[in-house]
Amino acid sequence: MLSSRFSRLPRVLNGSIRSMSGSNPSHINTPDNLTTTYFDFTEENYLRVTRILSKYPSNYKQSGIIPLLDLAQRQAGGWLPLAAMDKVAKIVGVAPMRVYEVATFYTMFNREKVGKYFMQLCGTTPCMICGSEDIKNTIEKHLGIKDGETTEDGLFTLREVECLGACANAPMIQMNDDYYECLTPKTTIELLEACKKGQPPPMGKWGSLPMNGQVSCEGPKGKTTLMSVPEPPPFRTDFDKFEKVDPKSVKVHMGYGGYDETTPEEDLTGAGGVGGQGGRGGGTL
Amino acid sequence: MLRLAPIGRRVVQQRSAAAFSSAAEVNVGTGVYQHFSDQDRIFTNLYGEQDWRLGDAMKRGDWHKTKEIMWMGPDAIVQEIKDSGLRGRGGAGFPSGLKWSFMPKNSDGRPSFLVVNADESEPGTCKDREIMRKDPHKLVEGCLIAGYAMRARAAYVYIRGEYFNEATVLDEAIHEAYAAGFLGKNACGSGYDFDMFLHRGAGAYICGEETALIESLEGRQGKPRLKPPFPAGVGVFGCPSTVTNVETIAVAPTILRRGADWFAGFGNPNNRGTKLFGISGHVNNPCVVEESMSIPLQELIEKHCGGMRNGWDSLQACIPGGSSVPVLNKDQCDVALMEFDDLRAKGSGLGTAAVTMFDDSVDMISGIRRLAHFYKHESCGQCTPCREGTGWLETILKRMEKGEADKREIPMLEEISRQIEGHTICALGDAAAWPVQGLTRHFSGDIEKRIDDVANGEYDPNAAFQSAWSGQAFDNKDWVEEHGGGMAYGSAGERLY
Repeated sequence: MLSSRFSRLPRVLNGSIRSMSGSNPSHINTPDNLTTTYFDFTEENYLRVTRILSKYPSNYKQSGIIPLLDLAQRQAGGWLPLAAMDKVAKIVGVAPMRVYEVATFYTMFNREKVGKYFMQLCGTTPCMICGSEDIKNTIEKHLGIKDGETTEDGLFTLREVECLGACANAPMIQMNDDYYECLTPKTTIELLEACKKGQPPPMGKWGSLPMNGQVSCEGPKGKTTLMSVPEPPPFRTDFDKFEKVDPKSVKVHMGYGGYDETTPEEDLTGAGGVGGQGGRGGGTL
Repeated sequence: MLRLAPIGRRVVQQRSAAAFSSAAEVNVGTGVYQHFSDQDRIFTNLYGEQDWRLGDAMKRGDWHKTKEIMWMGPDAIVQEIKDSGLRGRGGAGFPSGLKWSFMPKNSDGRPSFLVVNADESEPGTCKDREIMRKDPHKLVEGCLIAGYAMRARAAYVYIRGEYFNEATVLDEAIHEAYAAGFLGKNACGSGYDFDMFLHRGAGAYICGEETALIESLEGRQGKPRLKPPFPAGVGVFGCPSTVTNVETIAVAPTILRRGADWFAGFGNPNNRGTKLFGISGHVNNPCVVEESMSIPLQELIEKHCGGMRNGWDSLQACIPGGSSVPVLNKDQCDVALMEFDDLRAKGSGLGTAAVTMFDDSVDMISGIRRLAHFYKHESCGQCTPCREGTGWLETILKRMEKGEADKREIPMLEEISRQIEGHTICALGDAAAWPVQGLTRHFSGDIEKRIDDVANGEYDPNAAFQSAWSGQAFDNKDWVEEHGGGMAYGSAGERLY
């Protein structure tokens, strides 16, 4: 009986290409996205490229693909032309296909142009039961676009994505890098109108903006714990019971010797370059 | 985060059987959680009254006597973590001390690495984010101590790409630690050299699975590897590695500073310690809060979230540990304890302690249908049962939501989920199957009713529409004025748009 039931079900194979990345998995030639289109990192970004690659062992440059694609996408204005992927492949020394594989796998890489304000609406169940469909309807109605579309003026793109990890502040959208949380239809429209004026509300103290007035994760009614500032935790009194082990001996035992000399291990960890240079700026992201 | 070890079919069947029999024998109110006070909370900057930078972090007790702790030696540190009863906070609940002890104690020429899993994308989970943006030095110090305990040469933190602002804070905290001499050569003056690197992902849930995370860190598609070899033998860059959750690492320094006995003083046996709970859904005050393990679910909700929005009796279901664990029904929620063992006995799990509360206005079929869509979208496509099965689950659930299914399809749906579960390389297949099994276990009556209602023309598809809900109206003005830095929405009068 089971098999007969199955034969009546629509047989839709999902295919072996994962459709995680929002847009079409295959490349489509457009005038500004051809194999012959020019792309190169700016001088400033080449410094970032060097810093990024210094994080990884010299024989694992490929690890830099994801950060470099992210950098390229930022430089290109929110999307990844084919030429940028080829450039990244050249820099890390792999076949272009290795980079295409990565770029099509991850959701954050847009291989088609997106609007200036790229909105990713979280639609997974915790947000959904808190009204993400309400927010989605509001945006679609207010801007006249559907999921996955860009407004004609090139200002907004809407895409419904999976859990963005701000569930206690549902419903929420991510606009470019920033999280706007605790939305209602009213505040959603306020946000869209602010963006139309070119002034999206600035992020709050903790790098996100709950639009109902709260600061971060304390809830609209306020926190229920940590009402007084706790003392720093007391240090244990039985600490002397432990035998002392010199961390240096562990280092030597593991063959992690001389930090400054370049040993094969050092090469592998890529530690020679970046470590110990405090304040090298946030550009390595 | 995904669970680590796929659980075989037989085990799950036993658990399902246990789920029906255990309701009578729960140990509600063992009281082990009741002596938990603010003084025992680890994340004292959870609500952000203080700064995240090094100065305030040291006032909170971070980096205090780190060098002395390192002089305990790797074996004693691992033993303390074992004694504390700490279990992994990323979902699987594997004993942390034991996991750390799998790392090689002698080098064969390859260095070891600690990899921190900050790819927080399990639906419902929002706890690691609070650690990374408000208390990043707990994580940085934890990396040094845990990394040293594993005899690792360096730590890589894999943070999900969407957490851009969080990554900025964490990156800066790492720089601060380098500048202060806490990381790098001769870390904290201990004589040990330790480096820490931040790596941003690019949006793939599957990269929360440890071997997929390693693949992604090496610059490939996040497709899980077949185990063995386990990461402790061959992990990132072909070297021994341990992948572990942010919260597990961040609590380690405090455990070592205060002693294993202190940590083991909270929660029931085998479920020790404190835990960050992220509560979302239809509660009055959705929030993230640190509580003792083994606190009853109802008490957690009433105490910190102001209860359900229409009272406890309006509760329909609860997902207690992120979307990958089966739902609990109302009767189970009444007596559930927030700990690994009790939830497991109820056929669910603690997971990441991401609690999502559903009240009776929710159409559970559509809720689980959306989760099925999530797993279909996030399946990496490597194993056929998962790639194809998750699509089938969604297709069938979509029809069930509209009442266009046949009642005989309910056991078929269950059967498909059993065909996925345990037949894939990683646990995403299991995770996709469990919510559906939770639905067929507790809500098959609803599915049948939907089919009947549609047949009788009594079904209104708009009745379960959820309008925006992020808790009660905002009512915390004084505190926000004091601690919001003047940057909260509305505080500078920018509502004038």
